[in-house]
Amino acid sequence: MGRRITYREALREALREALQGDPRVFLMGEDVGRYGGTYAVSKGLLDEFGPKRIRDTPLSELGFVGAGIGAALGGMRPVVEVMTVNFSLLALDPIVNTAAMLRHMSGGQFSVPVVIRMATGAGRQVAAQHSNSFESWYAHVPGLRVLAPATVEDARGMLALALADPDPVLIFEHAQLYNLEGELPDDTAPALDICSARVRRAGTDVSLITHGGSLPKVLQAAQELAGLGISAEVIDLRVLRPLDDATLMASVRKCRRAVVVDESWRSGSLAAEVMARIMEQAFFDLDAPPARVCSEEVPIPYARHMEEAALPQVPKIVAAARALFGSTP
Amino acid sequence: MNTRAAGPSAGMSIPQVPAPPSGPVPWDKALSLSMLADMLRIRRMEEKCAELYGQQKIRGFLHLYIGEEAVATGALHALQAQDNVVATYREHGHALLRGVRMDAIMAEMYGKQEGCSRGRGGSMHLFDRGRRFYGGNAIVGGGLPLAAGLALADRMLPRQALTACFFGEGAMAEGAFHEAVNLAALWQLPVLFFCENNLYAMGTALARSESQTDLCVKAESYGMTTVRVDGMDVVAVYEAVQRAAQQVRTMGRPVFMELQTYRFRAHSMFDPDLYRDKAEVEAWKTRGPIHTFTARLKAQGSLTEEEFLALDAAAQAEVDAAVAFAEAGSWEPVEDLLRDVHTPEGAV
Repeated sequence: MGRRITYREALREALREALQGDPRVFLMGEDVGRYGGTYAVSKGLLDEFGPKRIRDTPLSELGFVGAGIGAALGGMRPVVEVMTVNFSLLALDPIVNTAAMLRHMSGGQFSVPVVIRMATGAGRQVAAQHSNSFESWYAHVPGLRVLAPATVEDARGMLALALADPDPVLIFEHAQLYNLEGELPDDTAPALDICSARVRRAGTDVSLITHGGSLPKVLQAAQELAGLGISAEVIDLRVLRPLDDATLMASVRKCRRAVVVDESWRSGSLAAEVMARIMEQAFFDLDAPPARVCSEEVPIPYARHMEEAALPQVPKIVAAARALFGSTP
Repeated sequence: MNTRAAGPSAGMSIPQVPAPPSGPVPWDKALSLSMLADMLRIRRMEEKCAELYGQQKIRGFLHLYIGEEAVATGALHALQAQDNVVATYREHGHALLRGVRMDAIMAEMYGKQEGCSRGRGGSMHLFDRGRRFYGGNAIVGGGLPLAAGLALADRMLPRQALTACFFGEGAMAEGAFHEAVNLAALWQLPVLFFCENNLYAMGTALARSESQTDLCVKAESYGMTTVRVDGMDVVAVYEAVQRAAQQVRTMGRPVFMELQTYRFRAHSMFDPDLYRDKAEVEAWKTRGPIHTFTARLKAQGSLTEEEFLALDAAAQAEVDAAVAFAEAGSWEPVEDLLRDVHTPEGAV
């Protein structure tokens, strides 16, 4: 029997387990300690583990992300929390130019076992500078592993696997998911990995491919499509780099139609990459051109109705899937 | 002010160049000769690099340290084996004196797989894990947060060591400098910050890029002890770094050092050097770290011309051997292109 738990609690349990299990693990970031974490993920951990291991940093993303990378290089296993993906742009240099490249440019001498977590995504009316989904930018960079837990099970299980990875791992937590409640499978659940995509709903007519905060919307769309007589298969990418082509193509070849749902802006999105791979690898198995539902190409607006209009929504996903079948069904 | 259109002299004032380093060298002969030998090793290696660049044996960017040798020599002699060293893209001398073999450095510049970074890094990315030499960073200021993190790891493990972080004065205009020194001072991390102030950030003179040209004043505002040293004087550098390193080790706090120096060559091999007056370069050459140190040793009877020539010949022989090693090296097979993006399973 599993148990009900929120995504936030799952993340906290994973952090607690990591901190208990390895003295090299510590958490650093803005307001992770005394404040309890911007999204309350680390609430209570300061009392439990003390200020040396739950480390409040100044507001200096370049400095503390770089220092986390240095600490990883020096033998620690830091978990660096960046408040939102928009703020991580201030730390692009150490993440891309150092963490991702150090192993290669040193001829394989150094590994950088750092884990960097951050909130991503829109939907809370926090406007243009707190609402983006830049995980696809990071998924562009060789040397990084990019994860997007969309379920409580992944929120609970991915951190330990990320910490066991000798190379830098980025974990993107969609801000809309923190309050998500779900069933956490017990020990008999199949072991997790951080290299594969998962089928979240089996189907036969269209593959709906997504990740992170869009997964609940896509599952809802699949439900509505079922009512229309279309059997949708839902693929949760989970791992945005490296992409699990095998699982993706198996689903697309079976269903012969695909819609990619991705909250990033359409141009140059992760959806664009997924569609390119479908065209390269499964073109002759398709009955229709692949489609995508992304964010509109506008900074995310504040006003609720405008924000909703800018983001992928269930009706848009349903419409995109139906369009692949022409006038019928 | 368009100095380029008006010619290099117009509008440029030649700064007052201090008197050359002088006075007795308070060291025994062995230490003195070891310092001189190491400065000569860097100088001869880099002169050869410039020549090899002309022959297109070395490609890409090549940033020479010629003129600044007293800084790395004095500093690295004062460090210990357990210390971490973080350097910049002008790091050939630091790598060499940290103990990276000259032949592995030369092979790296050739792009051969016998190089210290297996030919993947080149001149700007020399690394040596065994020597705790963390590169070779070509992002100005990029090494500073890394150094703070290495020191944080040492503090937490715990491990008795300091982290030596070299950077140019140009890096002090970067946010990375301010963020990293703030963290290091706030968390009392054992970092020895070495600002190699050679007066030009590529072609931009200090006064054209810093509102506060007294770099120690900037650093002091973070609550760090600061030390200003004549970086052309290996004696002054070594003595000051020994004291500063001792302070970092015993107090467990960062110290900032400004080492005032000058590069005699252009910024890189692509640089036509139009932004400074030739007379200024010549004036600084009177302060050259090798000939002034040599003269001081000779004046006090600690060095004969024969001994100098022997040290120079040994440096030249090491360079010749390094070039032969690099020439004889091999190219990594292209089939290995995708190697070392991720750590192979079981490697750690």
